[in-house]
Amino acid sequence: MWKYILKRILLALFTVFLICVITFALMNAIPGGPFNKEKALSEATIASLNARYNLDKPLYVQFFMYMKNLLHGDFGVSLKNGREIKGIISESFPVSCRLGLSAVIVALILGTIFGSLAALMRNKWPDRLIIFFSTLFTAVPSFVLATLLLLVFSIKLGWIPVWSAENTNYLLPVIALAAYPMAYTTRLAKTSMLDALSQDYIRTAKAKGVSKYKVIFKHALRNSLLPIITYAGPEIAYIITGSMVVETVFTVGGIGSKFVSAISNRDYTMIMATTIFLATLMVFANVICDLLYKVVDPRIKYE
Amino acid sequence: MTTFDVNKTPKKYALSLQMDLSKFEKATDEEKKQQDVMSESTTFFKDGMRKLFKNPLAVASIIVLAFIIATIVVAPHIVPYSYEEILSVEGKRDKGAKNLRPFEYSKAEQAYIEKGNFRFPHIFGTDEQCRDYFIRVIYGTRVSLVVGFFASLIVLLIGIIYGSISGYAGGKVDLIMMRIVDIIYSLPDMLVIILLSVVLSNVLQFKPDSFLAGMGSNMISLFIVFGLLYWVGMARLIRAQILSIKENEYILAARSIGAKPGHIIRKHIIPNCLSVIIISTALQIPSAIFTESYLSFVGLGVQAPMPSLGSLANSARGGLQSYPYKLVFPALMICLIVLSLNLLGDGLRDAFDPKLNK
Repeated sequence: MWKYILKRILLALFTVFLICVITFALMNAIPGGPFNKEKALSEATIASLNARYNLDKPLYVQFFMYMKNLLHGDFGVSLKNGREIKGIISESFPVSCRLGLSAVIVALILGTIFGSLAALMRNKWPDRLIIFFSTLFTAVPSFVLATLLLLVFSIKLGWIPVWSAENTNYLLPVIALAAYPMAYTTRLAKTSMLDALSQDYIRTAKAKGVSKYKVIFKHALRNSLLPIITYAGPEIAYIITGSMVVETVFTVGGIGSKFVSAISNRDYTMIMATTIFLATLMVFANVICDLLYKVVDPRIKYE
Repeated sequence: MTTFDVNKTPKKYALSLQMDLSKFEKATDEEKKQQDVMSESTTFFKDGMRKLFKNPLAVASIIVLAFIIATIVVAPHIVPYSYEEILSVEGKRDKGAKNLRPFEYSKAEQAYIEKGNFRFPHIFGTDEQCRDYFIRVIYGTRVSLVVGFFASLIVLLIGIIYGSISGYAGGKVDLIMMRIVDIIYSLPDMLVIILLSVVLSNVLQFKPDSFLAGMGSNMISLFIVFGLLYWVGMARLIRAQILSIKENEYILAARSIGAKPGHIIRKHIIPNCLSVIIISTALQIPSAIFTESYLSFVGLGVQAPMPSLGSLANSARGGLQSYPYKLVFPALMICLIVLSLNLLGDGLRDAFDPKLNK
């Protein structure tokens, strides 16, 4: 088992390295250096700027220096406003983290509850209602839902004030972000709960006289959680990418909205740093979910 | 004369050539009923299609999709405005036609109508650049559907070829190819798409009036990225199917006659994977449309002035308080398309998946 864990972590590190290579290569494939944009500078100025920022060295040397800086936690300087990217990330990431984690927890818990309810009351009205709403919400993109929620609840009805420094109300952004994963988890939970309920060991438990609640919570629910855990990896990836638009729409100052504005400003160092940061998060979330899945289900063989 | 009963045929001795004349009696009604056809023989497809059409949600989504496709084909011929045309009355640019409500006319247009001419109504109003919004939403839908369809096609082709080669070859080739698939699968796709779109928009320069330039470099980068990243799911599915089909005896028989691997793959294996292919393609199209509208929302979609449903929703954010309808129409369109495609995919899966056969 430890060999498998080691192999998985090494694969994850290799993926992160590959992402750094790809990002670096792509950013340097853009024609024109960072200093050609603004005023026309003299040759000597450009040369000295290039020397100062090590842009005249060959690419692999630049890459090596960039990786060395990364490992020290130095992400470089934003091209747009000259601030240290490390500072930008460290002040915007906690907001996104709170938002993302709340969305993941809400989606997982509520999705499992609704899906199990739908499975237990199959073909009655709660089942049909839940399936209706979950199908609906898998079709609505997060940015559409976010804008609609903003329109209805903040602007037209005024029930929830718009996000600002004094008032950080997480309700609407979390709903907008968690809607799709919750709907997907509901469908997944229903299918796997139905599957678990039709197994023979449930019949045995009922025949033995185990109380209904114990049958559901102790036997059926635990076995139906496995596909949901498998989905947790892609779900975290979805939440990270979804947070970009949700934060932009609700003007939450999180790392996602910083990424989006870096894209529209063509702030290449910021794009690079944020991409590597978010990609590392995603890859390691996937690794943890994979390992968790193998731990929870002893039937899985380790490759 | 007795009726023919196979158990009671008299036999003189084994090599006798005597016929049993009771075999030539006319058939009774009971015997005739044995020849009745109980149910028509059908092929896999006819059976699947029949099940599909019995599913009310799937039929409803097919109708909705057909209606949408009919609209986007017919509407540009009926509505006299173009998606990039700034409204002009009698040749003069109409500055007052900004942000009209649905079915409202600007002052210049009202004067035009009072003179007795007909002005086609703006069904969805106009946007902030004085362009008719209805035709922009129609073109945005066109772009989304075309992108979704072609991206899924690319994914399909690459996935089938890669998966069938990997699955059929087996051994070391399979191992290496699957390692590559694992690595590509673990890359965060959205980030790579965004990066590639940013880079390719700077690097790709097309001849100004060619067809490719009309689509914009962002579209091309979208297709390139789909070709590079999204085929892995399909390849894995195909490979799993092939691994299970490969063990069948008719494959062994075909190989021993001397059929080439390509021929075996084409004639025997792919038709058996067809149900899996159809289902995953049908579910890939809405996901491609999602991705495209997401990218347009972030600003990396099709080039202006060509509209896309995502970019329309994005620009509607600016005037949200005063003109909420500008958000509602593209949003409704996206939801409708994706919902019907999802329901259709679910219906196809219920109809064609042999594991769910009742």
